[in-house]
Amino acid sequence: MQTPAAVDYVRATSVANAIALLNEHGEDARLLAGGHSLLPMMKLRLARPDILIDINDLDELRGIRVEGDELVLGAMVTHAEVLSSPILAEHYAIFREAEKVIADPIVRNKGTVGGSMCQADPSEDLSAVGAALKGSVVIQNATGTRTVPLREFHEGPYETKVADGEILTEVRFPIRPRAGSAYEKVERRVGDWPVCSAGAYVVVSGGVVTDVGIGLTAVGAEHFCAPEAEAFLIGKAPSEENLAAAAQLAADSCSPNADQRGPADYKQHLAMELTLRALRRAAASSQGA
Amino acid sequence: MEITITINGEQVTRDVEPRTLLVHFIREDAGLRGTHWGCDTSNCGTCTIWVDEKPVKSCTMLAAQADGHSVTTVEGLEKGGVLDPIQQGFIECHGLQCGFCTAGMMLTGRALLDENPHPSDDEIREAISGQICRCTGYKNIVKAIQWAADNPATSEVTA
Ligand SMILES: Cc1cc2nc3c(=O)[nH]c(=O)nc-3n(C[C@H](O)[C@H](O)[C@H](O)COP(=O)(O)OP(=O)(O)OC[C@H]3O[C@@H](n4cnc5c(N)ncnc54)[C@H](O)[C@@H]3O)c2cc1C
Ligand code: FES
Ligand code: FES
Repeated sequence: MQTPAAVDYVRATSVANAIALLNEHGEDARLLAGGHSLLPMMKLRLARPDILIDINDLDELRGIRVEGDELVLGAMVTHAEVLSSPILAEHYAIFREAEKVIADPIVRNKGTVGGSMCQADPSEDLSAVGAALKGSVVIQNATGTRTVPLREFHEGPYETKVADGEILTEVRFPIRPRAGSAYEKVERRVGDWPVCSAGAYVVVSGGVVTDVGIGLTAVGAEHFCAPEAEAFLIGKAPSEENLAAAAQLAADSCSPNADQRGPADYKQHLAMELTLRALRRAAASSQGA
Repeated sequence: MEITITINGEQVTRDVEPRTLLVHFIREDAGLRGTHWGCDTSNCGTCTIWVDEKPVKSCTMLAAQADGHSVTTVEGLEKGGVLDPIQQGFIECHGLQCGFCTAGMMLTGRALLDENPHPSDDEIREAISGQICRCTGYKNIVKAIQWAADNPATSEVTA
C-alpha cells in the first residue's frame, strides 16, 4: 500500500492567504492543486512536504476568459475544462487536440493547468502547447505580480521560475486571428505520457508563413520549443518541402533520452514526423482548408 | 483532523490523519467496501467514485480534500431497493466477470449517461478509457452501458 508520509493540511482562503501560508512555512510547504502529480510523488517519497496548502477553494484561480488580445486561464482550470472550452476551441484547435490525449477523462477532472506548468515534468503535454503558442504565466508573491514568458519559465526538469513564497495565478496566450494550430502525440497506450508530442500554430498570409510557433515535449527540446525551425519558415511558402526541412531542424535541436518509452533515435524520428504533421495541419487550417 | 464527508447522502464524521487517502476513508472509516483499490497509482480506475458528481480516482485524493463535499460510491447507485439502470445493464449484458473493476465502471457509465443520455460506443470507450478491466475485453461493458441508455427507467426491484 502506498500512502504519503505524515503531513499537515490546510485550506487557503485566498491567494493572499496562500502566499502568507507559504511564507510562514517556507520550503517545507507545497501547494496542492489537482494533486495528480504531487500525491503520487509523495507516495513514492519523491516529495516530502511537511504541510500541504490546498488551493482548491480559490475561485479567483478559476475560469477561462478573453482579456484584450489574450486568452486567460486561471491556474485552477482543469484539463477537462480546457478540453470542453468553446472559447479556447474558437481560437486554437491545439487545446482540444492536446487535452484529448492528456491522461484519461477521470484524471482530467482533477489535474490543473497551473499544476501541469509547475510540475514541469519533461514530458508534460501542456508545456509543449504553452511553448508553441508563446504563452506566459503570471506569478504572485507578497510584494506583487510578474509575468514570465513560458519559453523562459522552466529552469530544468521539475524546476520553474516559481520561487518559495510564490504562486502561479494565470496562464496567458496571445490571440492570433488567422492562425491554424494542431497537436500530435504518440503514446504507448491510451492515457499514457507521450513518447513524443509536437504542437504548432502557423499563420499563412500572401502565400508565405508570417508567424509560427513550434512546441515539443518528452524529447529534450530546450524550453519545449524549436526557434531555429520557426526562423527558417518565416517568409517561406508552407510547401511540403519547407515544412519537412523545418521539422528536421526541430528534431535536430532535440536531445531525447532512451528509456522504457523507446530508444533515442526513435524519439528523434518522432520529433521530426510529429512536428511535420502538426505544421502541415496548422498551415492548412490557417489557409482555410 | 476532524472531517465530515457526505457519502451517499449520509454525513460521515471521523478524526483522520491528513495523509489518509479518500479510498481508505471510504473503505475503512466509512466501511463501504464496494469501492475497490488496486494499482494505487491513478492508472487502473477501480477506485473511481464521484466527488460532487464528478468521477475521481479516490486513491489520488486526500480524504481531507473531500471535507465538506459530497461523495457517491457504488452503494449509492441503488435507490430504495431499486437498482440503477446501469447496474441492471451490467446484469443483463454480463458486463462483469470477477467484478473488480465493476464499481468504478458503473459510476463512470452513470456519469456519462447523465451528461450524454445516448452516447456512441466510441464515446463510452473514451469515457472508460481510464479504467482497466482484465476480464471482459470491454465489449460487454460497452453493451451494459448502452443497455442502461436504452432502458433509462426499467430497473427491477431487487430481492
Ligand atoms: C495516470 C496519469 C496520467 C497522466 N498523463 C499525462 C499525460 O499524458 N500528459 C501530461 O501532460 N500529463 C499527464 N498527467 C499529469 C497530469 O496532467 C497532472 O494533473 C498535472 O501534471 C499536475 O496537475 P495537478 O493540478 O494535479 O498538480 P499537483 O499535483 O497538485 O501539483 C503539481 C506541482 O505543482 C505545484 N503547484 C500546483 N499548482 C500551483 C500553482 N498554482 N502555483 C504554484 N505551484 C503550484 C504543486 O505544489 C506541486 O509541486 C498524468 C497524470 C496521471 C495521474
Ligand atoms: S487504485 Fe486508484 S486508480 Fe488504481
Ligand atoms: S470484471 Fe474482472 S477486471 Fe473487470
